[in-house]
Amino acid sequence: MIKPTAIVGQIILYGAFAAFIGYFATSPTYHQIPDDAALIKLSINHLGDRECRKRTPEELEKLPRNMRAPMECPRERSDITLHVDIDGQPVLRTVMHPTGIAKDGISTVYKRFEVKAGEHQLSVKMNDNVAKPGFKFVKEEKVTLAPAQVLVIDFNPDKGGLFFQ
Amino acid sequence: MSPKLSIHDALRTRARNLFQYTEEAFDEVFGGDNNPWRHLGAMAFFFLWIVTTSGLYLYTVLDTSITGVHESIDWLTNQQWYLGGMLRSLHRYASDAFILTTLLHLAREWAFGRYYGFRLYSWVTGVPLLWLMFFSGIGGYWIVWDRLAQFSAVASTELLDWLPIFSTPAARNFLNPDAISDRFFTVLVFIHLGVPLLLILGLWAHVHRISRVDHFPARRLALGTLVALLVLALVKPAISNAPADLSIVATGLRLDWFILFIHPLTDVTSPGFVWMLLFSGTILLFVLPLLPHPAPKPVAIVDAPNCNGCSRCLADCPYAAVTMEPHPDKAGHKIAVVDADLCASCGICAGSCPSSTPFRSQEALVTGIDMPQLPVTLLRRNLEEKVRRLEGATRILVFGCDHGVDVKTLESADTAVMSLICAGMLPPAFVEYALRGGADGVLVAGCRPGGCEFRLGDRWTMERLARQREPHLRRNVPFGRLRLAQASSHDGKALAEELRQFRTQLETQAAARPLPYHRRSAPS
Repeated sequence: MIKPTAIVGQIILYGAFAAFIGYFATSPTYHQIPDDAALIKLSINHLGDRECRKRTPEELEKLPRNMRAPMECPRERSDITLHVDIDGQPVLRTVMHPTGIAKDGISTVYKRFEVKAGEHQLSVKMNDNVAKPGFKFVKEEKVTLAPAQVLVIDFNPDKGGLFFQ
Repeated sequence: MSPKLSIHDALRTRARNLFQYTEEAFDEVFGGDNNPWRHLGAMAFFFLWIVTTSGLYLYTVLDTSITGVHESIDWLTNQQWYLGGMLRSLHRYASDAFILTTLLHLAREWAFGRYYGFRLYSWVTGVPLLWLMFFSGIGGYWIVWDRLAQFSAVASTELLDWLPIFSTPAARNFLNPDAISDRFFTVLVFIHLGVPLLLILGLWAHVHRISRVDHFPARRLALGTLVALLVLALVKPAISNAPADLSIVATGLRLDWFILFIHPLTDVTSPGFVWMLLFSGTILLFVLPLLPHPAPKPVAIVDAPNCNGCSRCLADCPYAAVTMEPHPDKAGHKIAVVDADLCASCGICAGSCPSSTPFRSQEALVTGIDMPQLPVTLLRRNLEEKVRRLEGATRILVFGCDHGVDVKTLESADTAVMSLICAGMLPPAFVEYALRGGADGVLVAGCRPGGCEFRLGDRWTMERLARQREPHLRRNVPFGRLRLAQASSHDGKALAEELRQFRTQLETQAAARPLPYHRRSAPS
């Protein structure tokens, strides 16, 4: 026979257990960024450029018929230079290296920048062939970000290069 | 001993004391069999069964499409709250409770030093289960595909991307709403089924080297816990956050801190720090058994001429260390074989052996299965000597356990004490032998219910002495001259009081009528 005090004790302890589980299953509320902040995500996947050379007719003649590709391209891809400025301030200066043992894979970057909601001047410059000076791709735009908004900076050659989404 | 090891030992001892005092406080309310602290592994199993059962129902009604998944779960929560909603809440809260009890189980096993020697296998197989447990839990939250799922998916992939395993960042899969397809949810559901199945398989491996697995708590404890979770599900049903929208940051979230704590931890530290923590923690758990620890005790040995193949040691061994094989000398008979890797050196097998009776007339008592460090022949000799030396009006022999209360503190002119490796090592015939040898009473002090160092020792002893289990105490031994006590290492005073009461009881009985076979000399 269980004592009445033990029954009361069990009710209290089972209740405490349920309360503990119930509280930490949802609380405290988590705010990943402040309420007045927005997020800029930079995510670019791109194959670096490479210097191809047109084969001469003599060179092509020396090759087996099934291997007579008009262009000779090295396997290795170029590093990619990337600059990101927000409101005129440089927030990223990086060189993306090609992946793979033979350095023939894509170069990638993924970064998050937390900014205050509101108007911002974005400037993204990318050069996918470090052998050539300057930036081949440039995207500069004034954007207005709402609180908690996510703006993605991406790259797609089919969409004209760099774009904001 | 190195200073680092001393710190570890000191820490472990403190943790052990903390667990023991908490358990003993809970004994007052729940009793030993229903004390959740003594059955944390069984509690974890119980919560997993709740998660599995509720999950099977949720799976049958889940719409695994990008637009339908959130709606179908919301429908369960709001329209079918009495079944689907309750099961969803149970699924969530039982998952949290599963994680909580599993981590407490891990901490308790460490605190009690149960991670090396014959327990090495269970310890090592338990470590990967922690990863599977959290992997299952995090994946489960993704399925709802609400803001919390979105937050966890993005945070998890960002964490994964820190490791050089993907050629393109996995977080790109959650860059914008167009990146997610219905196929993602189908894959996710299969993962959320597959990983828990792997977890259950791992759990089987975790416990398959022990016999009579404590995989389900006592009925009252299970019922109480289930009712507590049901009340919680009614009072605070699990609800979804707003549907996922990858164009905004999921923030202001009602986070499940039992499962998703890793994301805020990553935010306040760094992915590198979190991986370092996870990997170093895992390595530490694997390496722990390699740290210096007490040398293993000699394992049980079988004496072929005295083993009659009765299989009682096989039935009673808590760690499945005994198997029966054909007897080498007796055709048609079997013999016990001890697996040294599994043997806990507890002596429970010696207590279960019918050949361990001290009434046998051999000079040197050899039993079928015995412990080299405390053979039954030594046990008999010690008993005879100690009982012979007893003086006073009421002479009592106390059998204790090395892992329970220190019975030596009770020793006096009229009280002899014998500490066994485990109370389960006591062959019941020794009680009768002591009474016939001159003791007026025998007090057997086992551990508190569920608190046996070797899991089943106290239970087997109590059942043998209560004549419910073979080998049992003979029926002509009066219960009035036997007292069973259940005491932990902190129960010295309580046991002394038990002894005092027992002595008073014996004296009262003796005054009323003479005690049977009351002889003041040991048998020749």
